[in-house]
Amino acid sequence: MIRFTHVSKTYPNGVTALRDVSFQIAKGEFVFLTGHSGSGKSTILSLIFADQKPNVGEVRVSGFPVGKLTATQIPRLRRKLGVVFQDFRLLPQRTIEENVAFALEVTGAPRKGIPGKVMRVLTRVGLAGKARVYPKELSGGEQQRVAIARALVNDPPVFLADEPTGNLDERATRGIFQLLQEINAGGAVVVMATHNLALVRDTSYRVLELKSGGLVYDSVLERSGSASPEQE
Amino acid sequence: MPTPLQEALRTFRRTPLLSALSVASIGFSLFTIGLFGLVAINFREALRTVAERVEVVAFVLRGTPTETILAASRDIEAFPEVQEVRYVSADEALSRARTELVEFKEAFRDLETNPLPASLEVRLKEEFRTAPSAQAVAERLQAFTFVDDVRFGRDWVQRLDRLRNIAAIVGLAIGLAFAAVAMVIIGVTIRITVLQRATEISIMRLVGATNRYIRGPFILEGLFKGALGGLLAIGMCWITMLVFQGTAREIGAGLVFFGGFELMVILLFGVAIGLLGTVMSVGRHLRHV
Repeated sequence: MIRFTHVSKTYPNGVTALRDVSFQIAKGEFVFLTGHSGSGKSTILSLIFADQKPNVGEVRVSGFPVGKLTATQIPRLRRKLGVVFQDFRLLPQRTIEENVAFALEVTGAPRKGIPGKVMRVLTRVGLAGKARVYPKELSGGEQQRVAIARALVNDPPVFLADEPTGNLDERATRGIFQLLQEINAGGAVVVMATHNLALVRDTSYRVLELKSGGLVYDSVLERSGSASPEQE
Repeated sequence: MPTPLQEALRTFRRTPLLSALSVASIGFSLFTIGLFGLVAINFREALRTVAERVEVVAFVLRGTPTETILAASRDIEAFPEVQEVRYVSADEALSRARTELVEFKEAFRDLETNPLPASLEVRLKEEFRTAPSAQAVAERLQAFTFVDDVRFGRDWVQRLDRLRNIAAIVGLAIGLAFAAVAMVIIGVTIRITVLQRATEISIMRLVGATNRYIRGPFILEGLFKGALGGLLAIGMCWITMLVFQGTAREIGAGLVFFGGFELMVILLFGVAIGLLGTVMSVGRHLRHV
């Protein structure tokens, strides 16, 4: 589903974010990306959703070669992905249902089916009763649920979450994490970048740990005790 | 799914102040150009009025039979430069002098013989009211045997030519400068609108919107703003003209306003600027995010 092969990424300002990173994520996996700030977690996610291109190596996501995508191909890849961020990135001038419907509208989905799909996904994240309110009227946890609903509405096979609980309290964090587990249980790949080691320790999901742009730990390899990442 | 048109109208409702400001900035920029255009067409009109006085007068030798003069005047009327030939008999010249030169009224009354010669007043077509054309016509008139002398006020016609040339060059330069300034102001305004919606654009891209989809509402918005700015500019030009109309009448001159063609040009210029500014600004933004 996702494959990084000897990927290095250096930004135009000279900062090297990733050094020779290789790993592979299979269908249905839930993967934690951990590491300190600046270790390269967000760069890995932005390479997956083609916000960045690798300088060296190859990134393939759902069959798309990210480094070679043209401007017209990028939207096609992104429609197969759901992405949420720590800062929610909701449109403050639109209601909750408009924020979610927006993700369907921009992909040219038939107008008739949009309200039904929006309500279904809002019900799934527990916000059906707040469809007509604006983001500023919601708590942080609820806003993140809206962001998740927006990311989910196109039924993406890959779901990326960049520090989705970074701005939330313990209770809201648990709620969001449970939602991500449900998404994974539905068959989607979930890649979650996080600082929250408590969440990581409490589960047996795969962990990829980054340090200064290098992949220093992969729990799957650790368990099997052999095999290079590409052979997985 | 809202159409790009609905989306563009929504933006007007969501950000009324910024939308109004960009319409105003397009309006005022076009107003400066329009105002300059208004001055230019009124100046051109004034020059045209002055140029109407360009005529070549051929004074006729005494004793020339009227039939000869009238036959010649028909030939002269066939000259390509000539609009109209008027025969002024000696008597008519005297009575005209009596009316126009009131200070010599007494002198004219005591005359025993008419000292004024008959003449042919040759008016030129609008495009030939220049010194070289007047000179060419004067030379051909001089060739008629009954013509004693030919006058056309060479000096002032030449001065008029120079004035027209200077006005055209200065007009073009100032017009282009105003247009450039207007383009810059409008470009900056549209860029601000695009930047103000940078988050929205980044979210659109995140959820898989194509660049074409993102551009659509912006382009329509630019088009609306350009058209509204153009209408605003026309309105302001109209009001300005009304304000100065009274003053102009006091000094005996009337002001002219743009014709349908010029109004259409201002409106289309507004639309073109709004459209072009948006396409460039959004395109640049999409390439860099």
